Amino acid sequence: MKPPRDLQVPLDETTVRNLRAGDAVTLSGRIYTARDRFHRHVADGGRCPVNLRGGVLFHCGPVILGPPNRWRVLAAGPTTSMREEPYMPAVIAATGIRVIIGKGGMGPDTRAACRRHGCVYVQATGGAAQFLRRRISAVTAVFFLDAFGPAEAMWELTVETMPGQVTIDSRGNSLYDAVADRSRRRLQELLA
Amino acid sequence: MPIDHTYANLRQAALELIRRAATRLPDDVRQALRAAHRREPANSPARSTLAILNRNADWADTDAAPLCQDTGTLSFYGRIPPQCPIPRLNKAIAAAVRAATRVGMLRQNTIDTLTGQSVADNVAPGSPQCRWETAAIKHIDLWLLMKGGGCENTSTQFSLPDTGLNAGRDLDGVRRCLLQAVVTAQGHGCAPSILGVCIGGDRQYGYETAKRQFLRPLTDQAAQPELAALERRILRDANTLGIGPMGLGGKTTLLGVKIAAVSRLPASYFVSVATMCWALRRAGIRLNEHGQIERWLQP
Repeated sequence: MKPPRDLQVPLDETTVRNLRAGDAVTLSGRIYTARDRFHRHVADGGRCPVNLRGGVLFHCGPVILGPPNRWRVLAAGPTTSMREEPYMPAVIAATGIRVIIGKGGMGPDTRAACRRHGCVYVQATGGAAQFLRRRISAVTAVFFLDAFGPAEAMWELTVETMPGQVTIDSRGNSLYDAVADRSRRRLQELLA
Repeated sequence: MPIDHTYANLRQAALELIRRAATRLPDDVRQALRAAHRREPANSPARSTLAILNRNADWADTDAAPLCQDTGTLSFYGRIPPQCPIPRLNKAIAAAVRAATRVGMLRQNTIDTLTGQSVADNVAPGSPQCRWETAAIKHIDLWLLMKGGGCENTSTQFSLPDTGLNAGRDLDGVRRCLLQAVVTAQGHGCAPSILGVCIGGDRQYGYETAKRQFLRPLTDQAAQPELAALERRILRDANTLGIGPMGLGGKTTLLGVKIAAVSRLPASYFVSVATMCWALRRAGIRLNEHGQIERWLQP
């Protein structure tokens, strides 16, 4: 593997279109957590409370404590992205995000939206909540806390060199498809 | 000395059990992850993913912080003396869950299915789950499994015969179901995974028994030689599928396979497959006749 490309948020279209499935990356800057409730809200035409143009959505429901003191992230890793597949194309189109961080990959509609709008999907290591927590330097705001609850709320996080791997690029390539195809062929051999 | 499992002691013990399960991977799982890391080639995504998982486990342990932010379905399994009052046990465990949620050892991880609202303290119908069995003992053995939603969503059940899989009502049919389940799941349930399997039963008892297999250490094998052989074969064959950690390719798709068989009706032949992510959070504790902590039941 090549050394990771360091990406700074917000991202411009050229940078994102030059990323390829398989590239290791790190992300630094302001990112936002988003789960099922947020995606459905935006896909249904609801308002996004922040400007996400060039931004990053992190499929994550953190363990987080606070106030009365400041918010403190106790654990934060990616959640399964596939659940957002019905809403993701609408969210990409409506918000102008350039990067989705999650786990497990996404389906053909999201791949098409990544190609059309210039967006990539970055896989973070599932379950590595302590490893990733250490890359979060601050919690600066929260939206939809009362409406969605803490796990589903939209948390504004500042991250420093959060590592991941581009697994769906803006040319329609998906690492998951290659792995899945190979495993299905091997399965046929094992069941022959 | 009279048996007196006081509420305060039980609550304290349950809280310690939650802390241990949420923050510390059992030694057998740690060893399996380290061995997997050694097997994968240098500079591969699989090896770097496993390195992250190992470091994550170190940090969760030293910081006493949750391994994974999805602190999962809480399933308690207790063996208790006949005179031990189950309502008191349930109440003490619920109180421990509330306390663990308050301090961030558990995520607010419970949703009211009808309203969609988050349940602030994680105590609601179905959470936590407690299963009790009595035995002629004075102590209490209490186990906890924490299983996240990502891997639970990939669990599945087959009814044999299955013509699509060419799977009949025999162990070769079971083998076909298990390999198909692994390929369908890909990396979605945070591979490398552990399979808990039950052959037989009705649908409910099949799933129940499949999940219980996660209480077994990864290092043991089924008591029946034919099931032990199937466990070894599925582990070996699944790791040639190339799915790998997080579904990004590699030699490590499964860390373990645990299979049990129970009786069935003549009409039914279910194969129930519970899929567990690499973060197999299992802890067990023994309490003395006063409900005080005596020792951990696994390293």
